[in-house]
Amino acid sequence: MRLLRIVPDDTNFDFMRFRRISFPISAILSIVALVAFMTVGLNFGIDFKGGTLLEVRYPNSTLNIGDVRSKLESLELGEVQIQEIGNDGEVLIRVAQQPGGEAAQQAVVGKVRTALGEGVEYRRVEVVGPRVSQELLSYGIVGLMLAVLCILIYLWFRFEWQFALGASIANFHDIVLTIGFMAIFQIDFDLTSVAALLTILGYSLNDTIVIYDRIREMLRRYKKMPTDELLNQSINSTLSRSVITHVTVTLALLALVLFGGRAIHSFSITMMFGVVLVGTYTSIFIASPLLIYLGVSTRALAEKAEKDAQNAANSKAERLAP
Amino acid sequence: MLYFSKWKALAIAVFSTIICLMIVPSLLPPAAYDSLPRFLQRKIVLGLDLQGGSYIVLQVDANELRKGRLEQLRDDARRVLRDAKVGYSGLAIQGDSVQIRIREGQDADAALTQLRTLAQPLGGAMATTGQMDTDVSRSGDVITITPTSAGIQSRTIQAVSQSIEIIRKRIDQLGTTEPSIQRQGADRIQVQVPGLQDPSRLKALLGQTAKLTFRLVDTSMSAQQALQGRPPAGTDVLYSEDQPPVPYLIEQRVLVAGEDLTDAQPSFDPTTREPVVTFRFNTNGARRFAEATQANVGRPFAIILDNKVISAPVIREPILGGSGQISGSFSVQQANDLAILLRAGALPVPLQVVEERTVGPGLGADSIRAGVIASLVGAGAVALFMVATYGLFGVVAVVAVAINVGMIFGILAMLGATLTLPGIAGVVLTVGIAVDSNVLIYERIREEARAGRSAISAIDAGFSRALATILDSNITTFIAAAVLFYIGSGPVRGFAITFGIGIITTVFTAFTLTRLMVAMWVRWRRPQRVPI
Repeated sequence: MRLLRIVPDDTNFDFMRFRRISFPISAILSIVALVAFMTVGLNFGIDFKGGTLLEVRYPNSTLNIGDVRSKLESLELGEVQIQEIGNDGEVLIRVAQQPGGEAAQQAVVGKVRTALGEGVEYRRVEVVGPRVSQELLSYGIVGLMLAVLCILIYLWFRFEWQFALGASIANFHDIVLTIGFMAIFQIDFDLTSVAALLTILGYSLNDTIVIYDRIREMLRRYKKMPTDELLNQSINSTLSRSVITHVTVTLALLALVLFGGRAIHSFSITMMFGVVLVGTYTSIFIASPLLIYLGVSTRALAEKAEKDAQNAANSKAERLAP
Repeated sequence: MLYFSKWKALAIAVFSTIICLMIVPSLLPPAAYDSLPRFLQRKIVLGLDLQGGSYIVLQVDANELRKGRLEQLRDDARRVLRDAKVGYSGLAIQGDSVQIRIREGQDADAALTQLRTLAQPLGGAMATTGQMDTDVSRSGDVITITPTSAGIQSRTIQAVSQSIEIIRKRIDQLGTTEPSIQRQGADRIQVQVPGLQDPSRLKALLGQTAKLTFRLVDTSMSAQQALQGRPPAGTDVLYSEDQPPVPYLIEQRVLVAGEDLTDAQPSFDPTTREPVVTFRFNTNGARRFAEATQANVGRPFAIILDNKVISAPVIREPILGGSGQISGSFSVQQANDLAILLRAGALPVPLQVVEERTVGPGLGADSIRAGVIASLVGAGAVALFMVATYGLFGVVAVVAVAINVGMIFGILAMLGATLTLPGIAGVVLTVGIAVDSNVLIYERIREEARAGRSAISAIDAGFSRALATILDSNITTFIAAAVLFYIGSGPVRGFAITFGIGIITTVFTAFTLTRLMVAMWVRWRRPQRVPI
C-alpha cells in the first residue's frame, strides 16, 4: 500500500534563519492589528453592546427589504441595521441599545413585531440589557486573562521559565493578530468569539508545547549542540506531525465553516484563522526562535541539573545531621 | 509498555463499551425511556438553541428593594416611637436612610435605645458575626436609621429565593414541559422554557409583582381636586389601566391583601357573560372583608393590582361569605393570567427582565441538521485522510476516534449535560484534536524506526515518548476549557463542556485503546518492519 507522505523524511529546513523575516513580519502584522483595533474597532455584537437582535423570515419570497427598512425607520429606534442573509427571505435586524434602562430594551421587540405585522416567522429574538452586556464584557476579558495566567503557571512548573515566557509571548501574539483579523473583517465579536479566542489560545499552546517538549528532550540529549541547530532539528523532526495534525484540524473546521450553519459561522471563521494560520505559524516561527533570545541553552540546563543535585544532596545531609 | 494482561484488556474494552452505551437512553422514545430503571434515566438535554424556546434572565430591582425596606423602617419607627410615647417633629425618608427629629432632647437617648431594637443581626439570632442589617445612629436630636449594604444584600438573596418559588408556581400554570428556573449570581433568576416561541406572555406573567389589595376610595374630594391641590393625609392618587387612565383617590389603609386569598379561578359573570376572576378568602381575610364591607355600605372600594386600579365597585351589601369576583373588562386570557398570578402569590420585589433570548423551533431544527451534517462531513474527511496517510494504523486511529466520540456523548448523557450548537462544534474540534494524539504516536514510532530500532521496540518507544507529550499538550488545552466553563454561560458553557470532556476522553483513548489495538496487532502479526 502506498501511503500519502506530505513531509519527506529528510526535511532540514533552516527555520531559525527564517526568524529574520518572521519576526519583522509578525511585528508589522501586530502593529497593523493594533491599529485596526484602535481605529476601526471590534464589531461588538449585542452580547457586549446591549440591544436587540431579531432574525425573521418572510415566507415564499414575500420579502421586500425596502419595505422592511421603511417600516422600521418609522419606529425611530435610533441606529437600526437591516441585513438580508441567505436567499431564503431571511433578514437580520439589529437595534442599538435604547436609552431608558432595561424596560426600554424589552419594548423594542413588541414595537418591531407590531410594525412587521403578521405572516412573519420569528426565528430568533435576543435582547440584552445594558447591565448584562457590561458584565458579559468584563467576564470575557477577565476570563481570557485568567486562562493565560493559569496556563503560564502550569508551564512554569512543567518547564523552565524561558519556555513559559516564550509560550506567553507567542500566545499574546496570536490573540493580537486574531483580534486584528476580527476588527479588519468586522466579524461579530460576541460571547462565542471569546470562546473562539480561548480555544485558539489553548490550541496554539498545544502546538507550541509539542515542539517545546521535543526541544527540552533534545537539550537533555545533545549537550554540545549549538542552540539554533538544536531548535532547527526539533522543529524539523516534529514537522511531519505538525502538518498532518493541521490538515486534520483544518478538515474538521472546514466542515464547520461550510456546513455548520450561520449560528456558529463567526465562531468557525475565527477559529479557522486562529488555529490554522496563526497557531501553526506562531509555534514554528515565533515561539521556538524566541527561545534563543530568552537564553535557553544546554549549559543553563546542565547548571540547573547540577544545582538540583546539590540541593538534593544538601537536604539529604540536613536530614541526616541531627 | 505494549503488554496488556487479558484482564486489563477486557477491563478497557468493557469500560469503553459501557460509557458508549450510556448514549442509548437518550435515543429511546419517551415511553421506553420512562420505563427504564431509575439509574438509567439519564440523557442528553438539547439546549434551547437546538430545540427552540425562550431564555429569560430576571433581576431583583435593587432600588425597589431598598425603597421598600426604607418604607418598612419608617413605619416601624413610627410604631416604636408611639409605643414608647416619644414625641417627634419629623419622620421621613431622606435619601438612603430614615431620619427622625425628636421633639424633647432628653427623650433622644430613650428613643435611640428603642429604635435600636429595629436592627436585626445578620444571619438570624444565632449568628456570631455581630453584623446588623440596619444601622441606627444619633447626632443631636436627629436619629438616623440606615439599612446596611450587607443587610440589603441578605434581603436580596432572600427575595431571589422567594421569587423562584413564586415564579415556579406561575410557570407551572402555563403547562409547558420541563421549564428550568435557577438562581444566577446574587440577584438574578434564569428561566428557561423549552418550546415557548413568544415569550411576551411569559414576561407579562413574570414582570408583574401581583400585589393585590382591597382599599376604600376616598370620596371626600374628587380625584381631580386632589391632583390639583393636596390629597388628604393617608391617601394616594392611583390610576386605572384604561386608555386614557382614570385617576382615583384611594386610602392607603389596606382592608384585605392578596396574602389572604386561598383560591382564584377564571369564570364568567352569570349576568353579563364577561370573563371575571372569582376568589375566596381565608378565615382571617373573610372576617376582615366582612367587617369592612358592613361598615361601608354605599361607598366604593377599589381592587388594586400593583398600584393600578382594576375596578372600583360600590359596596351594595356586606360581603360575608368570604368570596367575591373581580371584573374589569378582561379578555379570557387576561382573566386566566390574573387568576394564575393571584393563586401563585405576589413577588416580594419587582423583577426586571435584563436578558432575553428566544429561538424559534424552525431555526433549532436547521441548527441540528447543520450540526449533524458538519460533524459527519468533518469526521468523514478526517477518517479518509488518516487512512490515506497511515493505512492500517489509520484505521486504528479512526476506530479510536469513533469510540472517543461515542464516549463523549455517553459522558454527556451520564452528566445530564446540555448539548448546544457550540457544543457540537466542540465535538467536531475534538475529532480534529483526538487525531493529533494518534499522529503524535505514529510519527514518533516512525522516527524511532528510522533511528534503527526494530519494529516492536520502535512501537514501544514511540508510545512511551509520545504519551508524555500528549499529556502536557492536553493539560494546557484543558485549562483553557476549564476557564471557559467557569466564566461562560449558556451556549459558551455548552462548548466548554464538550471540549473539556473531549480532552479527557482523548487522553484516555490514546493511553488505552490505541495502545491496546496496536499491541494486539503486534502480537498477532509479529511485524519485522513498521508499516507507516
